[in-house]
Amino acid sequence: MGFGTLEEVDKQLTIQEIKQVAKLARLRLTDEQLKQYQGQLHTILKHITKLSELDVEGVEPMAHPSNISNRLDEDNPTISLAQSEVLSLMPQVEGEYLAVPKVLPGSDEDA
Amino acid sequence: MPERQTILGLVDSIGNKEQRCVDIVQQYLDRIQQLDKHLNCFREVYAERALDQAKKVDKQIEAGKDVGPLAGLPIAIKDNIVTEFGNSCCGSRFLENYKSPFTSTAASRLINSGAIIIGKTNCDEFAMGSSNEHCAFGIVHNPWDSNCVPGGSSGGSAAAVAAGLCTAALGSDTGGSIRQPAAFCNVVGAKPTYGRVSRYGLAAFGSSLDQIGPITQDVKDAALLLKILAGADEHDSTSAQLPVPDYLAQIDTPIDRLRVGVPSQYISEYNSDAVNEAVRNAVEVYRDQGAEIVDIDMPLTEYGVAAYYVIAPAEASSNLARYDGIRFGKRAEIGPDENLTDLYEKSRSQGFGPEVKRRIMLGTFVLSAGYYDAYYKRAMQVRRLIKEEYDSAFAKCDILLGPTTPTPAFEIGEKTDPLSMYLGDVYTAITNIAGICAISLPGGFQRSNDRLLPIGIQIQCNAFDEQTMFRAARMFESQTDFHKVQPELAKTGNL
Repeated sequence: MGFGTLEEVDKQLTIQEIKQVAKLARLRLTDEQLKQYQGQLHTILKHITKLSELDVEGVEPMAHPSNISNRLDEDNPTISLAQSEVLSLMPQVEGEYLAVPKVLPGSDEDA
Repeated sequence: MPERQTILGLVDSIGNKEQRCVDIVQQYLDRIQQLDKHLNCFREVYAERALDQAKKVDKQIEAGKDVGPLAGLPIAIKDNIVTEFGNSCCGSRFLENYKSPFTSTAASRLINSGAIIIGKTNCDEFAMGSSNEHCAFGIVHNPWDSNCVPGGSSGGSAAAVAAGLCTAALGSDTGGSIRQPAAFCNVVGAKPTYGRVSRYGLAAFGSSLDQIGPITQDVKDAALLLKILAGADEHDSTSAQLPVPDYLAQIDTPIDRLRVGVPSQYISEYNSDAVNEAVRNAVEVYRDQGAEIVDIDMPLTEYGVAAYYVIAPAEASSNLARYDGIRFGKRAEIGPDENLTDLYEKSRSQGFGPEVKRRIMLGTFVLSAGYYDAYYKRAMQVRRLIKEEYDSAFAKCDILLGPTTPTPAFEIGEKTDPLSMYLGDVYTAITNIAGICAISLPGGFQRSNDRLLPIGIQIQCNAFDEQTMFRAARMFESQTDFHKVQPELAKTGNL
C-alpha cells in the first residue's frame, strides 16, 4: 500500500488497496461496494488526520480505561456447556463433530 | 390509553396490591400490540413467558413472600444482550436465528430481582450506528415524529420507553448508544463507568468502550436499575471489584455547593440554537440551586470523534472476526470447487450489512502493517491525553454539563454520508474514550414547523462517581418538567 503517515492520507486509497483491506477482513465486495468504500474511507480517514495536529511525543498509549491488569482467578473447575448444546449452535455437524469444508488441498479420500 | 408509569410508581401499586402483575403485563402487551406496528421497537415479544411469570409473582405476593425490588415489572432489553430464551440477533442477519446457550449477567440480575423481560428491542447491527437505520430488521421510528430516527444504536429501547411499551429498558453504549437515543426520545439514559456493569453476554463491539446501562423515564428509576445491574462478576474480568453504593439513598438531597463545570467547547456554533439555549437554561437551573458554575476549557473535545473512529472500528474488526460462518450464526452455501476462504468471505459478506462492513474495513485498515503506528497507536496516545484532560477538569468541578448531541433527532434518510453521522457523536464518544460515566436527561425541546423534538442534556462525572451523577441529575430533574412531557403517541395512541 502507498502511504504510511497520517499527513499523506490526502491521497485516496486505490481500488487495489481497498481490495487488499477487504481480503484481510475476509469480506467479498462488489465493484460498486469497493468504489463506495474507497470514497467513504477517504472522507473518514481525512477527518482522522486531525489527530496529527496533537503532539503525542512520549505519551504512553492507553489501550484500556481501567487500571486492572491480569487478574488471576482460582483454578476451580466448574460445569461448562454440554457438548450437545454447543453442537446445536453449529451450522453444520457430522456426528459429534463440527463440519467444515476441506482445509488442505489434495486427496478426496477421508483419512 | 393508561398512563405511562415509572418503575417506582408501579412498585408501590404492586406492593399495595392495587394492581395485579398479570394485569400490568397485559396492559403493556396490549400497548405493544397497538403501537409497535408504527414504531418497530421490538424484535421479539415474550408474551406467554411474561404472563406466566406475572402469574407466579402474583401468587408469591398473595402468599406474602419477598418478591424482589423489580417484581412483575416489564423491562425490555436490547437485542445484543443475550438470554437463553428467545433469539439474540444483535440486529444482524448473521445471527438471525441465534439462540444463546446462556443468559447475560445484566439480564440475569434483572430477572433475579423479579423483573419480567418483555422482549428484545431492535438496534443498529452489532450496535454500530446512531440512527437505527442499520438494523437488519427494519428502521425504528421516533415516537415524537415517525419521520425521524429514534437515535442509535439502542433506538428500539429508547423509543419503547418513551412510548410506554415497557417500564424501562437496557441499552449498551460504546460511543453514545444509550445517551443519544435517550436524548432523541426524551427519556433518561445512563452510561455507567467502564467496568461498573458486567459485559458478560453483551455481544462485543469495542471491548475497551462497551457498557450496558439503563434507559428509563426518570432519574430515580435509572439509579434503581443501576444499583441492581452494577457490581463485580466472575464472568467478566474487567468488571470492577468495588462496592456498589445505594444510588437512591440520597438522591433527593441536593448536593451542597455543587461545582458545575461548563466547558466552553460544549456551547458551540455546530449545535442547533435550541440545543445551546437548553444548555444555558440548565446552567441557570443549577445556579438557582446555589451551584458554583466553573468555566472549563476542554480543547481536546474536537478530537474525540477522530480518536473514537480509529479505536472503536479497530476493536470491532477484531471482535467481529469470530463471525466466520464456522461455529455459529450464518453459514453461506459454497460450491464443490470452493474452499474455506470462500466460505468465510461469502458468509461474512452475506451476513453483515453495509455499516458493519464499513467499520470492519476501517478497523482492518488502521490495524494493518505499516499503518498501526500512524493510526491506532496515535489514537491510543490521544486517548491518554483526553483522559488527562478529564482528570484536570474533575480537579476543578464535580460534574461536566453540556448537550448530549449537537442537534435533536434528524429525519430518516437525511444523513447519507457516514462521517456526518459520526460527527454527531462529538459529546458522547469521548466519554467512552475516557471510560467515565455520563447520563442524558430530558432538557428541552426544539420546535420546528408544528412538531416538538426533544433535546438531551448530558452530565458527565468522574469514574465510579455515579452517585454524584445521579444526585446532580435529580437536582436538574426536580426543578424541570421536561421528563414528564410525553409524545402524543404515548398518550393517545395516535401518531
